[in-house]
Amino acid sequence: MKIMLDFFLGHYAYWFVIILLCIGAYGILFKKNLIKKTIGLAVLQISVVLYFVSIASKWDATVTVMDPDIPLDQVANYLNPLPHTLMLTAIVVGVATLGVAFTLLIAIYNRYETLDEEELIDKIQ
Amino acid sequence: MIESHLPAYIALTFVLFSVLIPAFGLWRSELSHPIAVLGGGIAAGFSLFGFIDVINDGSIRYFFGGWEPPVGIEFVYDGLSAFFVLVINAVAFFVLIHSHHISKREFPGKEMPYYSLAMLMMLGFNGMIMTGDLFNLYVFLEIASLAGYALIAIGDRPAPYAAFRYLIIGTAGGTLYLLGVGFMYTVTGTLNIIDMAAMLPMLYESNAVFAALILMIVGIGVKAALFPMHGWLPDSYTYASSSSTALIAPIGTKVAAYILFRIILWLFGIEITDAVAPISYFVGVLACIGILYGSIMAIAQSEMKRMLAYSSISQIGYIIMGLSLANPWGFAGALLHVLNHAIMKACLFMISGQLRLKEGHSDISRFDDGYRKKYPWTMTYFTIAAISMIGLPPLAGFFSKWYLALGTIDNSNWLFLAVILISSLLNAVYFFRVLEKVYMMDPSKGQKEPTDAKRDEASASMLWPTGILALSLIVIGFANAVIVGVLLDIFPM
Repeated sequence: MKIMLDFFLGHYAYWFVIILLCIGAYGILFKKNLIKKTIGLAVLQISVVLYFVSIASKWDATVTVMDPDIPLDQVANYLNPLPHTLMLTAIVVGVATLGVAFTLLIAIYNRYETLDEEELIDKIQ
Repeated sequence: MIESHLPAYIALTFVLFSVLIPAFGLWRSELSHPIAVLGGGIAAGFSLFGFIDVINDGSIRYFFGGWEPPVGIEFVYDGLSAFFVLVINAVAFFVLIHSHHISKREFPGKEMPYYSLAMLMMLGFNGMIMTGDLFNLYVFLEIASLAGYALIAIGDRPAPYAAFRYLIIGTAGGTLYLLGVGFMYTVTGTLNIIDMAAMLPMLYESNAVFAALILMIVGIGVKAALFPMHGWLPDSYTYASSSSTALIAPIGTKVAAYILFRIILWLFGIEITDAVAPISYFVGVLACIGILYGSIMAIAQSEMKRMLAYSSISQIGYIIMGLSLANPWGFAGALLHVLNHAIMKACLFMISGQLRLKEGHSDISRFDDGYRKKYPWTMTYFTIAAISMIGLPPLAGFFSKWYLALGTIDNSNWLFLAVILISSLLNAVYFFRVLEKVYMMDPSKGQKEPTDAKRDEASASMLWPTGILALSLIVIGFANAVIVGVLLDIFPM
């Protein structure tokens, strides 16, 4: 029991990521409103961003700036900055995607005056 | 000296021209087309030069800022990437020439943003092919995809909705790929493909590697329109403007297929791919279902662009089936099919664009035998491309299917062989349906010749690119032994 509990608590960041991933996938697959689908997409992207952030976080470690008190042979005391810097790019990509998505939604609304998927499919056919 | 910087030049050409087009296009809108053609031509020239160079002198690794991987990032320009870069840039060059009149007719006044976005999309595709780094691959994938969504949204009335659906599915796929990259990074601590490939044999049968492989195949499979993930493709290709479709259809799914090649054969290697479960066979079965599904759905369509879109799903299946065989013949057949299908699909979509421009529609049920009088050359090129799609010798399409069939026989995989043969028959059904409309007399009209049909051929800027692509199919058909000899050298095992 204790091992089970440790397993859950020890990986709590990953459980949040999994929950967020499921919420995002649910929004994309089952929501009928296109705005809600877009929100689901954003949640899905953010869950992956949080995954990358959490794999690089570390207790009792410091930022990746050379500290005279921590010699380089104790390199485990520094954080790995790479996943965080990668995520800066991924966040920018996510923002750009949302921008394009909302542009398309405006174009759809101007043409069909609805953002409900079922109504939209009726109007297209 | 120039050779070692060549990969960067190709990418920089597209960056430069994506900026030059707005700069000149704001001043004179009609300049944007010639500048785009110039950019495409320069890039195609560089890729041809680079391909010859790689064949003669071996692959080029370009380190950005002189930082060597795994610390720095790099472009890897080896046989496979040189081949793909040459194919997509050459096809894009002809499509860009062809799009002059269509762009004026289908989206007047928007040529400048269109060509600028086309350059950005080509930058993304070239970057995806050349990069040696999994995370950069994701960034280039998103550059190409975002530009692609915008290009698809230019078009008929439902085009933005088709583009939006593609955006949702495509970005979800890209995100799954990124999660797979995250798994690979946690277990190997590197993002460089060559570096990671050297570490993976130590992680044989690791669950994280297995999960990452599945996530990457699913994520990239969305972009490649591998069978269950193909839902975005028919609507996008049908509703997008003819010039966008002609640009995206031959290139987009091929580049995604390239990534599957790179991941399965180069990064993981076929042994690690199949270590936990027979992934490559499973992918091959999906490809087979896609081949049959695409062909059957194509028969049911009356709109030519939609028929060609379903045919794309079927043809991408051949390429991925060749990958899943993982033997030299299947590999050579798949790569030859990449070349052939890019040319055939570009040619066919360009012809559908020409017909839309002249007739205002591309509905097969309204085709009649006057077309061969009105558009003698267009229909000749259509016939060549269609026969090549079906796979009759001596045209190029026959040889790629031939080598794929040799690959299936090599693996004793009779199921896949049967799929290739059945699908060729189905291809014949949907293309001969069009040829019958155009070349056979309509029995309900009686024996009289169509008199109202005058010769009304498309302009030279559209006929020449289509004609060159159609003729190159014959040339590739005759030169197939040479090309396959080169392709067999690329095979990694």
